[in-house]
Amino acid sequence: MGIADLSFWAFAITLITGGLFTVVARNPVHSVLWLILSFLSAAGLFVLIGAEFVAMLLIIVYVGAVAVLFLFVVMMLDVDFAALKAEMATYVPVAGLIGIVLLMQLGIAFGNWQFSEGIEGRLGNPTPSLDVAHNTQALGLILYDRYFLLFQLAGLILLVAMVGAIVLTLRHRVDVKRQDVVAQMMRDPKKAMELKDVKPGQGL
Amino acid sequence: MTIGLEHYLTVAAVLFVIGIFGIFLNRKNVIVILMSIELMLLAVNINLVAFSYYLGDLTGQVFTMFILTVAAAEAAIGLAILVCFFRNRGTIAVEDVNVMKG
Repeated sequence: MGIADLSFWAFAITLITGGLFTVVARNPVHSVLWLILSFLSAAGLFVLIGAEFVAMLLIIVYVGAVAVLFLFVVMMLDVDFAALKAEMATYVPVAGLIGIVLLMQLGIAFGNWQFSEGIEGRLGNPTPSLDVAHNTQALGLILYDRYFLLFQLAGLILLVAMVGAIVLTLRHRVDVKRQDVVAQMMRDPKKAMELKDVKPGQGL
Repeated sequence: MTIGLEHYLTVAAVLFVIGIFGIFLNRKNVIVILMSIELMLLAVNINLVAFSYYLGDLTGQVFTMFILTVAAAEAAIGLAILVCFFRNRGTIAVEDVNVMKG
Protein backbone atom coordinates (compact mmCIF):
# COMPACT_ATOMS: atom_id res chain seq x y z
CA MET A 1 0.00 0.00 0.00
CA GLY A 2 1.63 3.19 -1.16
CA ILE A 3 1.59 6.60 0.41
CA ALA A 4 -1.17 7.71 -1.98
CA ASP A 5 -3.46 4.88 -0.90
CA LEU A 6 -2.77 5.57 2.74
CA SER A 7 -3.54 9.26 2.24
CA PHE A 8 -6.77 8.36 0.48
CA TRP A 9 -7.94 6.26 3.40
CA ALA A 10 -6.89 8.89 5.92
CA PHE A 11 -8.68 11.69 4.06
CA ALA A 12 -11.75 9.54 3.36
CA ILE A 13 -12.13 8.48 6.98
CA THR A 14 -11.63 12.06 8.21
CA LEU A 15 -14.17 13.29 5.67
CA ILE A 16 -16.85 10.81 6.73
CA THR A 17 -16.17 11.37 10.43
CA GLY A 18 -16.30 15.13 10.00
CA GLY A 19 -19.58 14.89 8.07
CA LEU A 20 -21.13 12.60 10.65
CA PHE A 21 -20.17 14.78 13.60
CA THR A 22 -21.39 17.87 11.72
CA VAL A 23 -24.91 16.55 11.81
CA VAL A 24 -24.90 14.94 15.27
CA ALA A 25 -22.93 17.51 17.28
CA ARG A 26 -25.00 19.13 20.01
CA ASN A 27 -23.24 22.49 19.83
CA PRO A 28 -23.60 24.21 16.43
CA VAL A 29 -20.19 25.84 16.81
CA HIS A 30 -18.71 22.33 16.98
CA SER A 31 -20.81 21.46 13.93
CA VAL A 32 -19.18 24.25 11.94
CA LEU A 33 -15.71 23.17 13.06
CA TRP A 34 -16.41 19.57 11.99
CA LEU A 35 -17.71 20.95 8.68
CA ILE A 36 -14.41 22.77 8.19
CA LEU A 37 -12.56 19.49 8.87
CA SER A 38 -14.63 17.74 6.19
CA PHE A 39 -13.94 20.49 3.68
CA LEU A 40 -10.22 20.29 4.35
CA SER A 41 -10.15 16.51 3.91
CA ALA A 42 -12.20 16.80 0.72
CA ALA A 43 -9.58 19.25 -0.53
CA GLY A 44 -6.95 16.62 0.32
CA LEU A 45 -8.86 14.04 -1.73
CA PHE A 46 -8.98 16.48 -4.65
CA VAL A 47 -5.23 17.01 -4.49
CA LEU A 48 -4.76 13.23 -4.56
CA ILE A 49 -6.57 12.94 -7.90
CA GLY A 50 -4.81 15.89 -9.47
CA ALA A 51 -7.45 18.58 -9.12
CA GLU A 52 -5.26 21.06 -7.29
CA PHE A 53 -7.09 24.17 -8.41
CA VAL A 54 -10.48 22.94 -7.26
CA ALA A 55 -8.89 21.84 -3.98
CA MET A 56 -7.46 25.28 -3.31
CA LEU A 57 -10.76 26.85 -4.36
CA LEU A 58 -12.52 24.58 -1.86
CA ILE A 59 -10.26 25.78 0.93
CA ILE A 60 -10.56 29.45 -0.01
CA VAL A 61 -14.27 29.55 -0.74
CA TYR A 62 -15.68 26.97 1.64
CA VAL A 63 -13.35 27.18 4.60
CA GLY A 64 -12.46 30.83 4.18
CA ALA A 65 -15.87 32.24 3.36
CA VAL A 66 -18.82 29.89 3.79
CA ALA A 67 -17.76 28.17 7.01
CA VAL A 68 -16.70 31.46 8.58
CA LEU A 69 -20.09 32.91 7.58
CA PHE A 70 -21.77 29.99 9.32
CA LEU A 71 -19.63 30.48 12.38
CA PHE A 72 -20.47 34.19 12.43
CA VAL A 73 -24.21 33.57 12.22
CA VAL A 74 -24.16 30.79 14.80
CA MET A 75 -22.34 33.02 17.26
CA MET A 76 -24.40 36.13 16.48
CA LEU A 77 -27.84 34.59 16.91
CA ASP A 78 -28.85 34.28 20.52
CA VAL A 79 -30.66 30.98 20.21
CA ASP A 80 -31.15 28.26 22.78
CA PHE A 81 -29.66 25.46 20.72
CA ALA A 82 -30.07 22.92 23.49
CA ALA A 83 -33.85 23.22 23.15
CA LEU A 84 -33.60 22.77 19.39
CA LYS A 85 -31.54 19.64 19.87
CA ALA A 86 -33.68 18.18 22.64
CA GLU A 87 -35.94 16.19 20.33
CA MET A 88 -33.11 14.99 18.14
CA ALA A 89 -33.17 11.49 19.63
CA THR A 90 -36.78 10.95 18.52
CA TYR A 91 -35.83 11.51 14.89
CA VAL A 92 -32.93 9.05 14.90
CA PRO A 93 -34.99 5.95 13.87
CA VAL A 94 -36.72 7.67 10.94
CA ALA A 95 -33.56 9.41 9.78
CA GLY A 96 -31.49 6.24 10.13
CA LEU A 97 -34.07 4.23 8.16
CA ILE A 98 -34.10 6.78 5.34
CA GLY A 99 -30.31 6.87 5.35
CA ILE A 100 -29.98 3.09 5.16
CA VAL A 101 -32.57 2.82 2.38
CA LEU A 102 -30.79 5.53 0.38
CA LEU A 103 -27.41 3.91 0.96
CA MET A 104 -28.77 0.59 -0.31
CA GLN A 105 -30.24 2.30 -3.36
CA LEU A 106 -26.91 3.94 -4.11
CA GLY A 107 -25.27 0.54 -3.54
CA ILE A 108 -27.43 -1.00 -6.27
CA ALA A 109 -25.86 1.46 -8.69
CA PHE A 110 -22.49 -0.20 -7.99
CA GLY A 111 -23.22 -3.09 -10.27
CA ASN A 112 -21.19 -4.25 -13.16
CA TRP A 113 -20.40 -1.13 -15.13
CA GLN A 114 -17.62 0.21 -17.31
CA PHE A 115 -16.78 3.19 -19.46
CA SER A 116 -18.18 2.75 -22.95
CA GLU A 117 -16.07 1.69 -25.89
CA GLY A 118 -13.94 4.36 -27.52
CA ILE A 119 -14.81 6.95 -24.88
CA GLU A 120 -11.35 8.49 -25.25
CA GLY A 121 -12.24 9.79 -28.68
CA ARG A 122 -15.48 11.39 -27.55
CA LEU A 123 -14.31 13.40 -24.56
CA GLY A 124 -15.45 17.00 -24.51
CA ASN A 125 -12.37 18.51 -22.90
CA PRO A 126 -9.60 15.89 -22.61
CA THR A 127 -7.13 16.54 -19.82
CA PRO A 128 -3.86 17.71 -21.40
CA SER A 129 -0.71 15.95 -20.26
CA LEU A 130 1.30 17.67 -17.57
CA ASP A 131 4.05 18.81 -19.97
CA VAL A 132 1.48 20.72 -22.04
CA ALA A 133 -0.46 22.44 -19.27
CA HIS A 134 -0.86 21.92 -15.56
CA ASN A 135 -4.26 21.69 -13.93
CA THR A 136 -4.88 25.39 -13.27
CA GLN A 137 -3.72 26.44 -16.73
CA ALA A 138 -5.79 23.77 -18.48
CA LEU A 139 -8.88 24.73 -16.48
CA GLY A 140 -8.39 28.39 -17.31
CA LEU A 141 -7.99 27.62 -20.99
CA ILE A 142 -11.39 25.96 -21.22
CA LEU A 143 -13.18 28.05 -18.58
CA TYR A 144 -12.44 31.36 -20.30
CA ASP A 145 -13.04 29.88 -23.74
CA ARG A 146 -15.71 27.24 -24.02
CA TYR A 147 -17.57 28.10 -20.83
CA PHE A 148 -17.22 31.85 -20.95
CA LEU A 149 -20.97 32.51 -20.90
CA LEU A 150 -21.45 30.18 -17.93
CA PHE A 151 -18.54 31.88 -16.20
CA GLN A 152 -20.17 35.30 -16.61
CA LEU A 153 -23.51 33.92 -15.45
CA ALA A 154 -21.82 32.50 -12.34
CA GLY A 155 -20.53 35.99 -11.63
CA LEU A 156 -24.05 37.32 -12.08
CA ILE A 157 -25.35 34.77 -9.57
CA LEU A 158 -22.79 35.97 -7.06
CA LEU A 159 -23.74 39.59 -7.70
CA VAL A 160 -27.44 38.84 -7.17
CA ALA A 161 -26.62 36.90 -4.01
CA MET A 162 -24.54 39.77 -2.69
CA VAL A 163 -27.22 42.37 -3.41
CA GLY A 164 -29.89 40.10 -1.92
CA ALA A 165 -27.95 39.45 1.25
CA ILE A 166 -27.24 43.15 1.74
CA VAL A 167 -30.86 44.15 1.12
CA LEU A 168 -32.10 41.46 3.51
CA THR A 169 -29.84 42.34 6.40
CA LEU A 170 -29.39 46.11 6.05
CA ARG A 171 -31.53 48.13 8.43
CA HIS A 172 -31.48 51.68 9.69
CA ARG A 173 -31.87 51.72 13.42
CA VAL A 174 -33.66 54.77 14.76
CA ASP A 175 -32.28 54.49 18.27
CA VAL A 176 -28.67 54.99 17.20
CA LYS A 177 -27.24 58.52 17.00
CA ARG A 178 -25.42 59.18 13.77
CA GLN A 179 -23.15 61.94 12.60
CA ASP A 180 -24.92 64.45 10.33
CA VAL A 181 -22.07 65.96 8.33
CA VAL A 182 -24.15 68.57 6.50
CA ALA A 183 -25.69 69.85 9.72
CA GLN A 184 -22.22 70.11 11.22
CA MET A 185 -20.81 72.09 8.32
CA MET A 186 -23.80 74.44 8.00
CA ARG A 187 -23.61 75.35 11.68
CA ASP A 188 -23.64 79.12 12.22
CA PRO A 189 -21.16 80.37 14.87
CA LYS A 190 -23.43 83.28 15.73
CA LYS A 191 -26.23 80.95 16.77
CA ALA A 192 -23.94 78.37 18.31
CA MET A 193 -23.39 80.23 21.55
CA GLU A 194 -25.75 82.27 23.63
CA LEU A 195 -24.33 84.87 26.03
CA LYS A 196 -26.26 85.60 29.17
CA ASP A 197 -25.60 88.47 31.46
CA VAL A 198 -25.58 87.07 34.97
CA LYS A 199 -26.23 89.61 37.65
CA PRO A 200 -24.02 89.36 40.75
CA GLY A 201 -25.62 87.69 43.70
CA GLN A 202 -28.33 86.03 41.60
CA GLY A 203 -28.55 82.92 39.58
CA LEU A 204 -29.89 82.61 36.10
CA MET B 1 -5.93 -3.05 -3.96
CA THR B 2 -5.36 0.22 -5.72
CA ILE B 3 -7.65 3.17 -5.21
CA GLY B 4 -10.12 3.40 -8.07
CA LEU B 5 -13.16 5.36 -9.09
CA GLU B 6 -15.37 3.14 -6.94
CA HIS B 7 -13.64 4.26 -3.77
CA TYR B 8 -14.28 7.91 -4.47
CA LEU B 9 -17.87 7.22 -5.46
CA THR B 10 -18.41 5.27 -2.24
CA VAL B 11 -17.04 8.10 -0.12
CA ALA B 12 -19.25 10.58 -1.99
CA ALA B 13 -22.32 8.36 -1.60
CA VAL B 14 -21.75 7.97 2.13
CA LEU B 15 -21.26 11.72 2.50
CA PHE B 16 -24.45 12.42 0.54
CA VAL B 17 -26.43 10.04 2.75
CA ILE B 18 -24.97 11.71 5.83
CA GLY B 19 -26.25 15.02 4.47
CA ILE B 20 -29.77 13.67 4.04
CA PHE B 21 -29.54 11.99 7.46
CA GLY B 22 -28.60 15.38 8.95
CA ILE B 23 -31.61 17.09 7.38
CA PHE B 24 -33.97 14.59 8.96
CA LEU B 25 -32.09 14.54 12.25
CA ASN B 26 -32.07 18.32 12.77
CA ARG B 27 -35.55 19.12 11.63
CA LYS B 28 -35.78 22.18 13.86
CA ASN B 29 -32.39 23.72 13.39
CA VAL B 30 -32.12 25.63 10.11
CA ILE B 31 -28.40 26.27 10.50
CA VAL B 32 -27.52 22.59 10.67
CA ILE B 33 -29.91 21.91 7.77
CA LEU B 34 -27.96 24.44 5.69
CA MET B 35 -24.73 22.74 6.71
CA SER B 36 -26.18 19.37 5.64
CA ILE B 37 -26.99 20.86 2.24
CA GLU B 38 -23.38 22.02 1.98
CA LEU B 39 -22.24 18.45 2.77
CA MET B 40 -24.47 17.07 0.01
CA LEU B 41 -23.09 19.59 -2.50
CA LEU B 42 -19.59 18.59 -1.44
CA ALA B 43 -20.45 14.94 -2.13
CA VAL B 44 -21.62 15.89 -5.62
CA ASN B 45 -18.37 17.80 -6.15
CA ILE B 46 -16.35 14.73 -5.15
CA ASN B 47 -18.31 12.68 -7.70
CA LEU B 48 -17.65 15.20 -10.46
CA VAL B 49 -13.94 15.51 -9.74
CA ALA B 50 -13.49 11.72 -9.44
CA PHE B 51 -15.19 11.10 -12.78
CA SER B 52 -13.20 13.95 -14.29
CA TYR B 53 -9.92 12.33 -13.25
CA TYR B 54 -10.69 8.72 -14.14
CA LEU B 55 -12.24 9.70 -17.47
CA GLY B 56 -9.47 12.13 -18.37
CA ASP B 57 -11.93 14.95 -19.05
CA LEU B 58 -11.71 18.38 -17.44
CA THR B 59 -15.40 19.26 -17.82
CA GLY B 60 -16.22 17.83 -14.41
CA GLN B 61 -13.82 20.18 -12.67
CA VAL B 62 -15.26 23.18 -14.51
CA PHE B 63 -18.72 22.27 -13.33
CA THR B 64 -17.41 21.72 -9.81
CA MET B 65 -16.48 25.40 -9.83
CA PHE B 66 -20.00 26.37 -10.87
CA ILE B 67 -21.48 24.21 -8.10
CA LEU B 68 -19.10 25.93 -5.69
CA THR B 69 -20.43 29.31 -6.86
CA VAL B 70 -24.02 28.28 -6.40
CA ALA B 71 -23.27 26.78 -2.98
CA ALA B 72 -21.63 29.99 -1.80
CA ALA B 73 -24.51 32.12 -3.08
CA GLU B 74 -27.03 29.79 -1.49
CA ALA B 75 -25.28 29.87 1.87
CA ALA B 76 -25.07 33.67 1.82
CA ILE B 77 -28.74 34.15 0.92
CA GLY B 78 -29.90 31.44 3.33
CA LEU B 79 -28.01 32.89 6.25
CA ALA B 80 -29.21 36.42 5.38
CA ILE B 81 -32.82 35.21 5.42
CA LEU B 82 -32.09 33.48 8.72
CA VAL B 83 -30.69 36.63 10.32
CA CYS B 84 -33.66 38.64 9.01
CA PHE B 85 -36.12 36.07 10.35
CA PHE B 86 -34.43 35.95 13.71
CA ARG B 87 -34.66 39.73 14.07
CA ASN B 88 -38.38 39.67 13.40
CA ARG B 89 -39.41 36.57 15.33
CA GLY B 90 -36.64 35.94 17.84
CA THR B 91 -36.39 32.25 16.94
CA ILE B 92 -35.02 30.08 14.15
CA ALA B 93 -37.07 26.93 14.77
CA VAL B 94 -38.42 25.63 11.47
CA GLU B 95 -41.87 24.90 12.86
CA ASP B 96 -42.36 28.55 13.80
CA VAL B 97 -42.09 29.54 10.14
CA ASN B 98 -45.84 29.46 9.59
CA VAL B 99 -46.85 33.08 9.15
CA MET B 100 -47.95 32.64 5.58
CA LYS B 101 -49.95 29.45 6.30
CA GLY B 102 -49.13 28.22 2.83
